[in-house]
Amino acid sequence: MLRGVRFCVNAGECLQITGGNGAGKTSLLRTLSGLMYPEEGTISWCGSNIRRDLQAFHADLAYIGHEPPLKPDLTAYENLRYWVGVRRRLANDEMSRELGRMGAEQWSNRPVRTLSAGQKRRVALAGLLLMAAPLWLLDEPTTNLDTEGQRLVGTLIEEHLAGGGLAVAAIHHELTISAALVRRLELSSK
Amino acid sequence: MNTSVIETSATGTSAFEAARLVLARDVRLALRKRGQLVQPLAFFAIVTTLFPLGISPELSRLRDVAPGVLWVAALLSSLLALEFLFRDDAQDGTLEQHVLSGQSLTWLLFAKTVAHWLLTGLPLAVMAPLAGLTLGVPAAAVSGIVLSVAIGSVALSLIGSIGAALTLGVKRSGALLSLLTLPLSMPVLIFGARATELAIKGAGFAPPLYLLGALAVLGITLAPLAAAAAVRISLE
Repeated sequence: MLRGVRFCVNAGECLQITGGNGAGKTSLLRTLSGLMYPEEGTISWCGSNIRRDLQAFHADLAYIGHEPPLKPDLTAYENLRYWVGVRRRLANDEMSRELGRMGAEQWSNRPVRTLSAGQKRRVALAGLLLMAAPLWLLDEPTTNLDTEGQRLVGTLIEEHLAGGGLAVAAIHHELTISAALVRRLELSSK
Repeated sequence: MNTSVIETSATGTSAFEAARLVLARDVRLALRKRGQLVQPLAFFAIVTTLFPLGISPELSRLRDVAPGVLWVAALLSSLLALEFLFRDDAQDGTLEQHVLSGQSLTWLLFAKTVAHWLLTGLPLAVMAPLAGLTLGVPAAAVSGIVLSVAIGSVALSLIGSIGAALTLGVKRSGALLSLLTLPLSMPVLIFGARATELAIKGAGFAPPLYLLGALAVLGITLAPLAAAAAVRISLE
């Protein structure tokens, strides 16, 4: 599915992966995350092949796929406690702060099944912040978000990059972040 | 990708705490979706109470078939709940997040299997003597039945976790899951029914119980590793 893909992302940079439907954006992200094995080639993190110590690589990685990994029968708080809590210890005020930052605090005690797709996305983005991982892999991070939400995603990425983080995002719509921070990779379906 | 210089104040969760969270989450979810929780127990109760209607109301005859009836019903009930063990987590991306959590997937899946046993195997062990009473089982056999079903269902949950992981990517996986799991469950069925039979007769039931325990220990040792490997393949 993917041929001739070669790139390097440095700290403080964001790589935007674009391409039509079926071009392999999600497959590339899943391969970068270690969920899929490449038939050829290697993926390196901090200079060494991620396969050497996949668990350590995963501790540095936050991946948000197409669908937010949330349980419909749990509240936003409970979801974050169980999802992110598996990776790192979370304090209640920390969760409140990040949910508040995403404008999600007012519905954080409602079961996720009662939330709209955009609201779920905001909860998932709060989870992304709480993971405190240097590498973000984001699959369509602005899907279902309103204009203000899309701007917020841009701000979050910029802050993450300013803190020395990296982001790789598969997108259909341009992210609202400074062009100086962005590099682009266009995948062709041919 | 190159080195990041980001500094985080993240305090990593210990493996034990991570497993505790997975277990607590599954128990909480099950308590909110009671239908899934009750289904295997209702199935077990219905099957065991239908047998006296189908065979004979004569207690001596029912007592003879009780070990087989109790164990086949327990095995099928356990199988009924297995389909849900990893399926929901695979569909909503939770399983992917477990793989990417930086924790041992084997350990997290073991925690999920423990939750499955707590929600299915343990209630079956509690219900089995009650079902046994309808089959003419003497009250003195209760401890033997509870112990054998409790230990045997540990082995069943662990064996089932391998089947559930292998069939993750298959639509309507119930039949395939049965085909994979039932042959591996035969030793549990044989030793479990034998322990129950000896308990009903008032004889010492320790030897088959030890064998059930050995199967459970073997399952604890190997099944989570196999399930984790299968989940990784299914998610690819």
